Amino acid sequence: MSSPDLIVKNARLRGESVDLLVKDGKVLEVVPAGKAPKDAGETVDAGGLSLLPSLTDVHTHLREPGYEWKEDIATGLAAAAFGGFGNIMCMANTDPVNDKAGVTEMLLDKAATAWPDGPRLFPVGALTVDLKGEALAPMGELADAGCAAFSNDGVPVKSSALFRRAMEYASDFGKVVIDHCEDPYLGVAAGANEGEISGRLGIPAQPDAAEAIQVARDILLAEYLGLPIHLAHISCKKSVELIAWAKQRGVDVTAETCPHYLTLTENELADYDTNAKVNPPLRTEADRRAVLEALESGVIDMLATDHAPHAAHEKEVEFDFAPCGITGLDTALSVTWGLVSKGALSEDAFVRAWTTAPCERFGLPVNRFQPGDPADFLLFDPVEEWTVTPESLRSKSKNTPLLGRPLRGRVVRHFLAGKNIV
Amino acid sequence: MQWRHKDLLDISQLSRDEVLHVFETAQYFREINERPVKKVPTLKGKSVVLFFAEPSTRTKTSFDMAGKRLSADTFSLSKSMSSLQKGETLKDTALTLQAMNPDAIVLRHSVSGAAKFLADRLHCGVLNAGDGRHAHPTQALLDGYTLWEQWKDFAGKTVLILGDIAHSRVARSNLIMLNMLGVKVRFCAPRTLLPPAVRSWPCEVYTSLDEAVRGVDAVMCLRLQLERQQDGLLPDLREYSRLYCLSPRHMELAAPDARVLHPGPMNRGLEISSVIADAPRSLVLDQVASGVAVRMALLFLILTRKEA
Repeated sequence: MSSPDLIVKNARLRGESVDLLVKDGKVLEVVPAGKAPKDAGETVDAGGLSLLPSLTDVHTHLREPGYEWKEDIATGLAAAAFGGFGNIMCMANTDPVNDKAGVTEMLLDKAATAWPDGPRLFPVGALTVDLKGEALAPMGELADAGCAAFSNDGVPVKSSALFRRAMEYASDFGKVVIDHCEDPYLGVAAGANEGEISGRLGIPAQPDAAEAIQVARDILLAEYLGLPIHLAHISCKKSVELIAWAKQRGVDVTAETCPHYLTLTENELADYDTNAKVNPPLRTEADRRAVLEALESGVIDMLATDHAPHAAHEKEVEFDFAPCGITGLDTALSVTWGLVSKGALSEDAFVRAWTTAPCERFGLPVNRFQPGDPADFLLFDPVEEWTVTPESLRSKSKNTPLLGRPLRGRVVRHFLAGKNIV
Repeated sequence: MQWRHKDLLDISQLSRDEVLHVFETAQYFREINERPVKKVPTLKGKSVVLFFAEPSTRTKTSFDMAGKRLSADTFSLSKSMSSLQKGETLKDTALTLQAMNPDAIVLRHSVSGAAKFLADRLHCGVLNAGDGRHAHPTQALLDGYTLWEQWKDFAGKTVLILGDIAHSRVARSNLIMLNMLGVKVRFCAPRTLLPPAVRSWPCEVYTSLDEAVRGVDAVMCLRLQLERQQDGLLPDLREYSRLYCLSPRHMELAAPDARVLHPGPMNRGLEISSVIADAPRSLVLDQVASGVAVRMALLFLILTRKEA
């Protein structure tokens, strides 16, 4: 065995005390604690902290170019690094839209300058030009420039015919299409679930059927075409049932949900809290439970933050006028680890949802702690309590309904390819 | 009764006793409105901003008159006259107004929750004069007061609220208040003009006016906003009128001496027939008169409140 250049001693990996051996940025071996050789270049004593693989977020909004007052690539990657994310896929709804190689290249250049050792940025290219849903974006050019997938996220494609063509065209480059499932004809994207709460508050709202109808369309197209589809930010029980049905039929469908759909409900809107205004909206308790069960069982494959930063002055307006979106990179790990701590989510499902499933689907580097895997890992304190305050968040924007609430679990150190980035 | 509320945002913040206290206070002020000299010095030196970011005639005039009759200084501001028109946020407009140190702001706004938004940020009292589809508490209180003057006792009464319930802040606030007073409430509208999940609300829901009106003690008509047809919620206004316009025939199905209310402005022939609107059993103009008295009561209670 070649000698490691980094040893992490005395860490907890799935309940076992271990030493992690790293060489040339890759995992060399995981051995029982105390069994590591002495001749390493660098030794880190984990002091019994948990060892987790770096997380991957397949759905984040970095806002640069065009909306840098909300977030920029440097601050977004800072939030990712401190939040435990090693790979980030950023959506194309910037200004200009990421529908040209030049935009993709700019994103990658900025990321490499701001955070040369990662978190790694994987842009998602636009599915249609300017996200208008009228003409296909040049996906070949975008793939060559480094786009990892394609999506019209934020602006659902109304035409099923065009969406079909987009799926077909993307497949020529081996890329998966990510769909923002929302039937725009079935009510405005109001950030509120249509039901008892929205009715009482008198706010515009959208029914869960608006999401489920589009989920059904995508599943049927994927089956008909024999092509993969990835469904973004699933929020409701009806969608879960359709995805389960599709998987039973062998359709190549994967789906993500977000921490807020697992932990919050439409009740957050009771005081018109614009920080809880998100699209798709927070749903009912029955939806929350269904989505959580689906994540545990694997019907929903992965987690994503849908990190959507907005400046304070944009959210501090009348409810109807506030943009939809919740930030998530800073809080996602603690929020979802909280579910593991409570026994509501297994650690296996947690690791699958944040690491292996997204990386396998989109061809990103993943650490399973097997020899040769990238040494992307966290030393994580699962019991440290912290309160979500504007000062505790690295993201430029602070729009989360969790402000003022206590969370448990924090990243202490973060290594990517064996290099300490936090 | 010690008044404990800095703001009036929604009926649900009040208790039944507080609602009745508003009625009793309004009764006292109603008498002032009938004097040859309709002005008392009760709120002399107090200033009230009437901030109407959405068009209104009767509510604004009613608040203005209520304030002036109590000798408060009232200042009017509309959206077109304010910096909102120039892109200023509601927060900044409100903070600017607060810096002038008014005692209360009366807000009408097209967005639900706007009054709460303001109240959370201001030290002065905020009175909700209608926020989006959410609440119109002073309208509900004046409606309640108008019926209270007629009935005094609400036990065993049934009120039908007829029309565009989905978009109506009046219906929402009246439902809460009437339930609180022990009145049975019925809603009647085409399904497209009923709120989602309305079946879980504390009322009986009808789509047939003939069935809904049977035996009720009062019908509260709502104004149909004519753009609902363009929104695709109605086939056409003629059909709406045919099915949901309150006519003498319907009133024959109601309880004898049943009353009719309408918050105005009325679309005669569309949601209410002229015969009914002008009939002796119509309380439409009583509502307007009650409005001034109720708003005098509310301004008095809020502006003379002693903080705990």
